[in-house]
Amino acid sequence: MHRTGELYGQYKTLDQQKETATLGMWIFLVTEILFFGGVFLTYSINRHQYPTAFGVGGNMLDLFLGGANTVVLIASSFTMAMSVWSAQTSKKAWVTLFLIATLILGTVFLGVKVVEYKQKFDHHLIPGHGFDITYCSKSPAAVCGLSEKEHADEVKEVKDAIETEGGVTALNAHAQLYFSLYFGMTGLHALHMIVGAGLLLWLILESRKGRFDANYNTPVENVGLYWHFVDIVWIFLFPLLYLINRHLA
Amino acid sequence: MSENGHHIVSPKIYAAILAALLLFTWLTVQAAKIDLGPWNIVLALLIATIKMSLVILFFMHGKYSPKRTQIVIVSGFFWLAIMLGLTLTDYTTRHPEPSRSANPPAIAIHRA
Repeated sequence: MHRTGELYGQYKTLDQQKETATLGMWIFLVTEILFFGGVFLTYSINRHQYPTAFGVGGNMLDLFLGGANTVVLIASSFTMAMSVWSAQTSKKAWVTLFLIATLILGTVFLGVKVVEYKQKFDHHLIPGHGFDITYCSKSPAAVCGLSEKEHADEVKEVKDAIETEGGVTALNAHAQLYFSLYFGMTGLHALHMIVGAGLLLWLILESRKGRFDANYNTPVENVGLYWHFVDIVWIFLFPLLYLINRHLA
Repeated sequence: MSENGHHIVSPKIYAAILAALLLFTWLTVQAAKIDLGPWNIVLALLIATIKMSLVILFFMHGKYSPKRTQIVIVSGFFWLAIMLGLTLTDYTTRHPEPSRSANPPAIAIHRA
């Protein structure tokens, strides 16, 4: 590990050195924008093609857990920004504390995701052999933890969708497409969160040695940029996956 | 500006952005429950775009970055717009595709 705040030969000033690092981080994030852009494009095209099946699929996600996770992630972006501020103002102990807070919130997000994935598994919504979009509507309300009203709504929604799609086979095929995209997109996002959590862990260990202050905080700033980017991806995933068809439910 | 030339965004601004982001999250959930027909998706994406702009401008310091960095940020969305825009103009304006059901139209078999 190089010494902190050291000026390398190719730069004139520390300021220029830092700006270069930030610019490089942004160029990486542009490639990430396009990477996720391709996934969002795939989603848009398929949603355009099969609006009914995507609507039914979206309404089977847990709005409360998805909404709570959005709040958790936004809060983690705030604590990340605060840790950058703490470094810029040389409040070394606060840098570590805010980094730890960010890591905890990130872990909570991933934990909630695990709960959601497990729920989808129990509800036969994992694409593959056992997939059955009608499972919860066929079973008694308690099986999927639905209230009588929610269950009745779902029965009606699924029945209408089967009619629109021209059969349960077609609905299941297209709903599987939705859930493949759901797991693909949230999985890719979660993978970025896991990488981010690893980076945070590294920053916490470095910060405990008092490495980051007003003179040198490039790693905090750049990991922060990455963390905020991952937050932005979720800002779009949440409405696209959870919200788009709520008014029909 | 701090002594080494970098703008330091104050915690007050960060807190205000946090509050705005939470407010917009609440708003987008409420808006989704109202039937606005084709405008539901437009409104949802509009709110998401506003939230994204707040994160980039303030949390990511986009507003205070040098012009060079700002150009790189904008260019990312420019390429994204090309990818999404050109592809979707194709997909959304195609004529209905022939049926992909298990039984293709009989005429296609005779001609083959």
